[in-house]
Amino acid sequence: MAKIQASMAGNVWKVLVKEGEEVKTGQDVVILESMKMEIPITAQADGKVQKIYVNEGDFVNEADDLIEVE
Amino acid sequence: MSETDVKTSYQDRKERVLKGGQEKYHEKNKEAGKLFVRDRLQLLFDQGLQAEDGLFANVMAGDLPADGVVTGIGKINGQRVCVMANDSTVKAGSWGKRTVEKIIRIQETAEKLRCPLIYLVDSAGARITDQIEMFPGRRGAGRIFYNQVKLSGKIPQICLLFGPSAAGGAYIPAFCDVVVMVEGNASMYLGSPRMAEMVIGEKVTLEQMGGAKMHCSVSGCGDVLVNTEEEAIEYAKKYLTYFPGNYTERPARTAPQPPADFEKTIEEIIPKNQNAPFDMYQLIDRLIDKESFCEVKKLFAAELITGFGRIEGQPVGIIANQPRVKGGVLFHDSADKAAKFISLCDAFHIPLLFLADVPGFMIGTNVERAGIIRHGAKMIFAMSEATVPKMTVIVRKAYGAGLYAMAGPAFEPDCCLALPTAQIAVMGPEAAVNAVYANKIAALPEEDRPKFIQEKREEYKEDIDIYRLASELIIDDVVEPDRLREELAARLDVYMSKYMIFTDRKHGVNPV
Repeated sequence: MAKIQASMAGNVWKVLVKEGEEVKTGQDVVILESMKMEIPITAQADGKVQKIYVNEGDFVNEADDLIEVE
Repeated sequence: MSETDVKTSYQDRKERVLKGGQEKYHEKNKEAGKLFVRDRLQLLFDQGLQAEDGLFANVMAGDLPADGVVTGIGKINGQRVCVMANDSTVKAGSWGKRTVEKIIRIQETAEKLRCPLIYLVDSAGARITDQIEMFPGRRGAGRIFYNQVKLSGKIPQICLLFGPSAAGGAYIPAFCDVVVMVEGNASMYLGSPRMAEMVIGEKVTLEQMGGAKMHCSVSGCGDVLVNTEEEAIEYAKKYLTYFPGNYTERPARTAPQPPADFEKTIEEIIPKNQNAPFDMYQLIDRLIDKESFCEVKKLFAAELITGFGRIEGQPVGIIANQPRVKGGVLFHDSADKAAKFISLCDAFHIPLLFLADVPGFMIGTNVERAGIIRHGAKMIFAMSEATVPKMTVIVRKAYGAGLYAMAGPAFEPDCCLALPTAQIAVMGPEAAVNAVYANKIAALPEEDRPKFIQEKREEYKEDIDIYRLASELIIDDVVEPDRLREELAARLDVYMSKYMIFTDRKHGVNPV
């Protein structure tokens, strides 16, 4: 089980996966919007999305949990 | 003693010393994937050591061959290099009086010969039993660090970390220009996990607290993470090709190579949308000779890329924002990373190439508490002081202090170039319109707002149009993306005779 975390502070712009979906290493799973830039957040390992902790529009701080992958 | 006895005695002693410590320690090292110190040196040098001193150090003790360290001189890629290499089969590579003296002497030798010094570190630290002889005095271990500081910028100093570098010993890598760490075996720490538990009550593993991966990705004390000792040695050999033997010489130019082949052109890989991510490595690969990239701190503060490359054979130090990671925004760690890299290149006459695609420095509580202003100042300080040829390319954008930190026009680059789609401004159009017209926007009826905002953004874009900046001589040239390599090669060639003394003073007061 691995938690994918925000790499920097910003707003959740897009959540690209759904609970139960399979993801691959390097795949973009969330895009944050910060400093007027799109910040892609990628999966660090293959697995199945167990839980999504955030909604689009939420503010997240660096290291906040975004998604849990099993 | 008869003549035969003298010879036998000599050969016996020498053979024993050359074998290092007890067999069980050799076995233990082998299991951990560690090579014997003399095998490491065989791999590192073209033809082994040409001269070795202190082979019989502490020979009278009987069980401390060479006193746990090999020091000598040889050639790497035909270039003269001094080395000190711990032997972890001898009392875990710990330092006694003669170990320290040998290290100090090879430093003095490197200074006199004006050649690079490589430290192959694999040591448990000081021998507490010998402390009075090796710790506090004028030629005690402190002298090693004093010498390192003195040699810094004079000759390249490289650390290959194959095992622990504990307590005081951890400062050997800290004062080197670059530190290569072997995953699983290399570590740096001031107090061991056992000591941490005893003294502060923390329970932690060595890998978590001071392992190679942690140092190369979190603390920044390590620069290059490798899987094997062979890889570490290969890296050091490649790294040295970008460097002169000392600060009075220039790095060697090699035979020019074309860049690697790519399907997409530079114009095709750079998104038109300023806010979209792209992979800066793809641009770097299109600008430099193929297979010439040698990266430093790849895993640390990846929003900024630092590494050496060659353009038409000429070594350059590249500092590039990486929009793929954290939007290419500058953070405290990336500024710190850039400051050291710039200072390293400047010390050894390696021209600097800044590839700017930067929305600015990060804002918010976290980074202010981390001292982003202080760290940003370090980067700007090092970049300002650098007197090597400095070339700046505004790839897509340089906003705010990001323009300054990436060697913008005010910091005396030899040229500030821009691609035709680039933007330079205090801030991007979205933020600027909000900042200037916030009250006015709020006063408008909601349905009129989008149109007003769009109009103002367009006006703003015209105001910061790149040709306007070229017209005002703010940038020196606008370059077509697919001609950029050619342009940089031509300019590098003409800037090679640059001679500049930054200013007259004892030294600046670094914001560290």
